[in-house]
Parts: sequence; C-alpha cells; structure tokens
Amino acid sequence: MFGIPTQALFGQLLIGLINGAFYAILSLGLAVIFGLLNIINFAHGALYMVGAFCAWFLLQYLGVGYWWALLISPVVVGIIGILIERTMLARLYKLDHLYGLLLTFGLALIIQGVFTNYFGSSGLPYALPQEFAGAYNLGFMFLPKYRAWVILASLIVCLSTWYVIERTKLGSYLRAGTENAPLVQAFGINVPRMITLTYGFGVALAALAGVMAAPIYTVNPQMGANLIIVVFAVVVIGGMGSILGSILTGFGLGVIEGLTKVFYPEASNTVIFIIMAIVLLIRPAGLFGRAR
Amino acid sequence: MSDSAPSAIRAPTAIAPRATAIATVAMVAVFALAPLAVYPVFLMNVLCMALFACAFNLLIGFGGLLSFGHAMFLGMAGYVSAHAAKVWGLTPELAIALGVATSTLLGVVAGLVAIRRQGIYFAMITLALAQMVYFFCLQAPFTHGEDGIQSVPRGRLFGLVDLNNVWAMYYVVLAIFVAGFLLIYRTVHSPFGQVLKAIRENEPRAISLGYDADRYKLLAFVLSAALSGLAGATKAIVFQLASLTDVHWSMSGEVVLMTLLGGMGTIFGPVVGALVTVGLQNYLAPLGQWVTVITGVIFVVCVLAFRRGIVGELAAWWAKR
Amino acid sequence: MKTILYGLMTLAFAAASGSVQAQISDGVIKIGVLSDMSSLYTDLAGAGSVVAAKMAVEDSGIEKRGYKVEIISADHQNKPDVGSQIARQWYDTDKVDVIVDVPNSGVALAVNQITKDKGKAFLVSGAATSDLTGKACSPNTIHWTYDTWMLANGTGSAIVKTGGDTWFFLTADYAFGLALERDTEAVVLKNGGKVLGKVRHPLNTQDFSSFLLQAQASKAKIIGLANAGGDTTNSIKQAAEFGIVKGGQNLAGLLVFLTDIHALGLNTAQGLIFTETFYWDMNDQTRAFAKRFAERDKGIHPTMVHAGVYSAVTHYLKAVEALKSDDGTKVIAKMKEMPTDDPLFGKGTVRPDGRKIHPAYLVEAKKPSESKGEWDLYKIRATIPADQAFRPLKDGDCPLVK
Repeated sequence: MFGIPTQALFGQLLIGLINGAFYAILSLGLAVIFGLLNIINFAHGALYMVGAFCAWFLLQYLGVGYWWALLISPVVVGIIGILIERTMLARLYKLDHLYGLLLTFGLALIIQGVFTNYFGSSGLPYALPQEFAGAYNLGFMFLPKYRAWVILASLIVCLSTWYVIERTKLGSYLRAGTENAPLVQAFGINVPRMITLTYGFGVALAALAGVMAAPIYTVNPQMGANLIIVVFAVVVIGGMGSILGSILTGFGLGVIEGLTKVFYPEASNTVIFIIMAIVLLIRPAGLFGRAR
Repeated sequence: MSDSAPSAIRAPTAIAPRATAIATVAMVAVFALAPLAVYPVFLMNVLCMALFACAFNLLIGFGGLLSFGHAMFLGMAGYVSAHAAKVWGLTPELAIALGVATSTLLGVVAGLVAIRRQGIYFAMITLALAQMVYFFCLQAPFTHGEDGIQSVPRGRLFGLVDLNNVWAMYYVVLAIFVAGFLLIYRTVHSPFGQVLKAIRENEPRAISLGYDADRYKLLAFVLSAALSGLAGATKAIVFQLASLTDVHWSMSGEVVLMTLLGGMGTIFGPVVGALVTVGLQNYLAPLGQWVTVITGVIFVVCVLAFRRGIVGELAAWWAKR
Repeated sequence: MKTILYGLMTLAFAAASGSVQAQISDGVIKIGVLSDMSSLYTDLAGAGSVVAAKMAVEDSGIEKRGYKVEIISADHQNKPDVGSQIARQWYDTDKVDVIVDVPNSGVALAVNQITKDKGKAFLVSGAATSDLTGKACSPNTIHWTYDTWMLANGTGSAIVKTGGDTWFFLTADYAFGLALERDTEAVVLKNGGKVLGKVRHPLNTQDFSSFLLQAQASKAKIIGLANAGGDTTNSIKQAAEFGIVKGGQNLAGLLVFLTDIHALGLNTAQGLIFTETFYWDMNDQTRAFAKRFAERDKGIHPTMVHAGVYSAVTHYLKAVEALKSDDGTKVIAKMKEMPTDDPLFGKGTVRPDGRKIHPAYLVEAKKPSESKGEWDLYKIRATIPADQAFRPLKDGDCPLVK
C-alpha cells in the first residue's frame, strides 16, 4: 500500500496508537488543569515520572504488584498535587498566569533533579505483570499483550473522564467554574476546593499514565521531561480546555507520528510541532477549543 | 483571563539616568579587572550568558512577551558561527557576524509567526518553533548531532589579533558584551522603547493612539533574537564548541530563570542573574544533579516571594530609604 | 653576608630534598577520572573507574617512594560541552596532569583536542571510536582498552563466517555508534555479506519499538546493535517482547559489557556472542583483582573498562617515575617506549599511533544452567592474538605515523 510494505505500515500505526494513548491521558490531565486553573502545568511530566517511580517502589520494596500500583500511585501523586496546589499555586491566582507556568517549571526541575540524583538517568526495570506476558501474533507483527492492554485501558480512562466532566453534575460544576468562578461561588459551591481537587485529579491521571508506562518505557527520571513538551503541543492543538479535544488529538497525533515514521522518518520528531504552529495560526483556540 | 500584556510583569521605578551611567561604568570596570582574580573562561561564559539574558529581558521586561524558545537563537547562531569558522575558515568576526545574521533571520520568521498571539499562546508558539529548530539541529549533518561541532578554531580577529591568547579573547568578548548592553540601553530609552512600554502596559490604548503594535513587537522580537545570536555565536568561538545543549528547551528555561532572578525589566538585572546562575552551576558542579534541584528551588522561591528579582528588590529598597 | 649564606643553604637543602619531586608539576601527580556517573554508561564505567584508578595508585606503591598522587573525578553527563568545560577547567585551574576513562566517544574526541592543545595526557579506557588512533590521533593520547575496529573484526567477522550474512543496523546516533556501524559494515561487506538497512536512534533511548519494527520488516538475518550500555540492554529486552528472535532473526551485540549481561540476566542474554579484552575469571591474577575490586565497589565485578583504567594508570605511573616528570607529551612518549606489564592484561605494547595492543577474546554468554555464581557469566570461545586484534598501523590515516 503506498509502496510501503503493509507490515511496516500497520506495525508503526499500532505503535503510534500506543504512544497516542499516553499522549491522550497526559494531555487530558493537562487540559483539565488548564481548563479550571488556567495554569500550564509544567510539572505534569515530572509527576508522571513520580507515578512510575511509585509503582517501581511499591514493587521493589513492598512487593506490591502492578494492579495495586494502578490504584495507589495516582492517589499518592494526587495528594502530592493537592499539597502543591494549596501551598504554592493558590498564591499565584491573582497574578499573571505565566507565573504559574514558571512555578511549575521550577517544581519540575526540583522533582527531576532529586530523582536523578538518587537513581541516575538510565532506566530501572519494571517487571511486566505476569498476566500480560507474551504477544498476540497478528500476522503482520507481534503485538505484545501488555501494549494492547495499554490502548484499551487508556481508552477506558479517557472516556470515563470525559463522561464525568461532560455528562455529570460534578462535571457541570467544574465546567461552570471554568467559565465564571465568582458566579459559581456565589451559588454556594466551594470553588477553591474544587480547584484543589481538580489539580489533584489532573496529576493523578499523569501518575496513572506513569504506572502504565513503567513496564514498557522503563522507569527513569528523564521520562517526563522528554514527553511533556510533546504533550503541550497536543493540548494546544486539541484546544486548551477541551477534554474531548485532548483525547482525540492525543490518539490522532500518536498515529500521525507513527505514519510519519514510515514515510518520512526524519520529520517524525517535528511533525507535531509543525501542526501546532499551523493550528495556532489558523485556529488559536485549538481544533476543539472555545475561544476565550 | 486577559490575553493582553502580563499585568504583573512590570518594570519597577526606573533608576535615575546618572545612577545608571555610574553603575554601567562600575560594571565594565569590574569585568575588565576580574580576570586577574577569577578564571577567565568562567567569566567569558558569564558575559555571553549575560548578553543572552539582557537580550531576552528586552523582550519580556520591556516588551512584555514571554518567549519560551529563545535557545533557538542562541544555539542556531552558535552552530552557524562554529561551522563558518571551522569548515569555511572565516575569521572570527565574520563567523560571528554570520551567526548574528542567521539568528536575525530566524527571528524575523519566528516573529512573524508568533507575534499574532499573546500571553500563553505566544509562549507556546515560541516553544514549538524552538523544538523544530532543536530537531533540525539534531538531524542536520553539519551539526554532528550529539557530538556537536568540535575543535572550532579561535582564529585571528580581523586577521590580526590571535584569539588563542586568553586575554585577547577575553577583552573581545567584553567589548561585544558592552556593545550589546549599550545597544539595549539606548533602545529602551529611545522613543521606540517608550512606545514598546506603552504597548506592554495597555495595548488597545496604544493601538487607539495610532501605533502599529504588531510592528513594534516584531521589531523588539527581532532585535532580541539578533542579540541572542550574538551571544551564541561568540560563545561558540570562545568554547570552540557548538552543541545541542544550546538549542535545548532547558536552555530557554535557564535564560528565563536568569532574568527572573536578576530582575525582569531592569537593565542590570539579567547581568546579575547570569552571574549568579552561571556561578552556581560552576561552583556547585561537584554536587552533580543537586544543581538542577537548586535551580528549581530558586525558580520557585523567585516566583512565590521574590518576583522583582535581585536588582528589582535592591532598587525598591533604595527608593524607599 | 649572612643572608646570602642562609639563602644558599636553603636553596641547596631544597634542591637536595626536592630532587625526587623536581619536575613533577606543583609537586603532585593529579589524576582526573572523567566518566559517566549518572546515565546509561555509569555501570560499565562510572564510580568503578575511580575505584580502579585508586587501586592502581595503591598497588604501584609510588606514594611510598616520595611521590604525591591525587585523584579527582567528575560526571560528564554524556555531553561534549560539559566534558570539555570540565577538562579545560581541570587543566587550567585545577592542575590536573592526566585525564582517564571518558566513556562516550563524542566527549572523548573533545577532551582529546583540549589535551593536545594544552600538552597534557589523556588515557582513554571507556570510549570506543577508532578515530582516536586514526584521523584524530594525538601525541598526548593513548587509546587503551578496546575500539570499534576491534569489535567489528572480532564480533562482526565471527558472525558473518557462521552464516549471518544479511545485516540491519540499529545505531546510536553519535560518534561511537556511527564509527561502530562504519567499521562493522566494512567487515560484513569484506566477508561477502550485505547490509539491508540502517536506523539511527538517539542516545539513551527508552523505547525501541518503532526501530525494532523496522529491523523486523527488513528481514535481515542479523540485527546489529551498534550501541552500548543501557541502549543495548533495552534493545535486547524489547526485541524479546516483539518476538524478533522467535521470528528467526538474531541479535548481534556489537559492544556488550559484563554489567549489561548481569543486568539482562542469563535467561535473556544466553547465547549472545561478543568481543572483549578482559574477563575477571580468566586466571588467578584477574580473579584476585576482581575480588578486591568487588569489595570496594558494592560487589560489582570489574568490566574491561575498569580493568583498562587500572592498567593505564599503572603504566602511566611507571612512566612518570622513570622520567621523573609528569609533562603530558613526554610521559605519553615514554609510555609508548616502555613495554607494558600488569596483572590484568599481561604483557603488551603501545604503538606510535597511541593504540595499546593486547589480545582480544570472543566470548559467549553462558546458559543459566552453566553458571555457578552471580558473576559467572561468560565462556571464552576464542582468543584473537594481539597482532590481529587491532587495525594495522598503516590503515589508520594517523598523521603521526605517516
């Protein structure tokens, strides 16, 4: 097809879908945070990494396995996020939002530096959970079972988050708070608490992605830094506050990146940024965003 | 959220012109005599970074635009300058000039794309553009990727002065820094600078007064890019190396830190910020990754409690006494 | 009059007592171990190289004979700008006389240039690029332990001769990977094989899935891993995930260290064939060294890089003592003059182009059933004699040799 062996094409598409799954979950968290707090959370990548380390730590020292880590790690990181929000971010809401960006950038440096100090910067192995050992022989490639699970799990997470935000009462409070916080507060809803919990939830999503990434990408302190820039691009393209936008764009861009690897490998790193620049010029609110 | 100029990133009370003149002379004198006591290569690093930070400050402190991709100008100019000196055998002043020309051109292109947006979106576009430049530099054959362009000859300035002599090299770098610094000073205190300030404070009003805001912002952006390129091109000749570190987004973050720490919107702030940052990195280098952590802590502290930066706080304290 | 007499006496006294240290710059032989202390090469070199250097100084007994030796170390983080800044500062202000180790060929090339400019000494153990004794050769540098030509001709030709005649390269995209790919491709073609494709990956990549898919699609019999350390172990692990070996292709680890096999575990690594110049379990002397090394380095056994640092520092100190000077260019010249002899590599020589000569060994990772201890990981398949292991002097394009 198109002069490229089908095997290579579908193989890279599938890999692209898997990368896209991570982009989707991470940009979902970022979008949720930006939507309500108007802060670009630079620390998202570092907290994703902390989530992965949490899982590694649980396995290494407490013998707690993958499935429990999927629950515990996001909770732990969520609590860390709440602490960050309460003690530091809350002070910046009156100021220009760029300060929030700078603060989270500084936090990312701290978190990453501390972990690199203790763990070096090459990966720590995280054992694949036994249930997923082996691969499906799809004919054109072997798809490791774990990677198939990643796609499935992230779809479930993304769609349930979207459902909660777009279709439930809690979600409607959130969306209202995004539009007009003082008014919502006037209705008696505790907006500051909602903001705190939202930040906690957003970073918990990052940590969840981290746990899911641990068996594939190995656990290493740099894993967030390289990813975060790409995820920013995804969020911007999808629309900074749009939940559906980040989900669709995340998966979509992963696939596009995979396709670029097949047809024009040299551009595979830059294609997302090129798209981002174009989108920002034509539709600054993003593909699915609302102009604010 | 207002997408217009960041309201809290405002210049503090301007220091009186005479005080500034005295301070400038003092600064140049200190730098001129410092190599007698301090390792000259370290000082040259400080000077290059200070010029870079001053150029960045022109954009954020006086223009109100936060660029998160300034490393592209520093690094790209460095690569071109290194390549020109090594492969084409140009004398250092021509190599640096070529580097500056490159970053200016890049500034025009990037500026045209980025200026249309403001605030967070502007920062994100500059980040995207910088990433594209990074990956270009990673893959282009002439940059040699991870290895960088090594063994760049220092050459003879104008064919006469041998820059392998550390003193010659140092005073050339000092001269370049002073030239750039004075240029920024003149720009800020010119009618152009005043209009820029007006645009930063209240863009709609400036437009209503008849000023083409976009044109002014673009000009500031290109000037900032050109001077950043000057810093980068000079750095490549001094260290005889052009590497990916100078185009990586962490370098963009570092220049933000230097400017924030020193004092955004002050003339001397970036110089102080660069001195402290480079100094920390150098003297704390044995601590390894703790330097990153300390850098992060400084960032956090500055944003939470020290937004005016060192020079900003000093100026405010001086004004109060 | 009295002052003059006093002064003359002091001078004479100083001259007499300081005679041993007369030409040692600043009175101290300062050794700088520049390595990767935190990233993907830290296990095969890193802190272990510092331990090896210290052991070499102690074992030589040179301090008992009136010399002062100091060892400092730093992390180059695999960045040429960081490495060259450290090297420059070490030579300019910290009075370092010799830099040792430097895994990462890009950094090594930068340090090579700076060392030459400043007339100091550079003993390379960790880096691989054969250019260090080729077009970048220098009178101030000795390339000690191994290089890409040796690896290509050891592993590469062994594999081609046993039927692996179509290759696909997975290459780390910097000086080392490119040099290794170039040298191995030459060997493959010389032996009648074909190279079906190449893909480059960034240094310290975590996810090789898309590169491995391309390797699979090429249907080459051999996937040559022109990378090292963490990159190699990740490639091998993920290749297992994607069923590459089950699909009939074989992996060729072109540069593999003891610590990589240990990290992979023999279950995954068994059967891997590669070339090294040192293994701790070869004879009694190497075993004794390994035992002492492990005690000082958290039980880790020495890789060939660690052994190289020990051997190079030992020979360096001998040369310094013979010359009574630590002037870089002169010491390197002396090291080339004197034949080498140490418990780890045995007897050897250093060539005019800076290449240290010793035999190489084709090794195979044992099956788990064959291993009787945590570090009992290799069996030696063949010995490549010293005169055949490295590139012939005339083929290197080294300006010093023309």
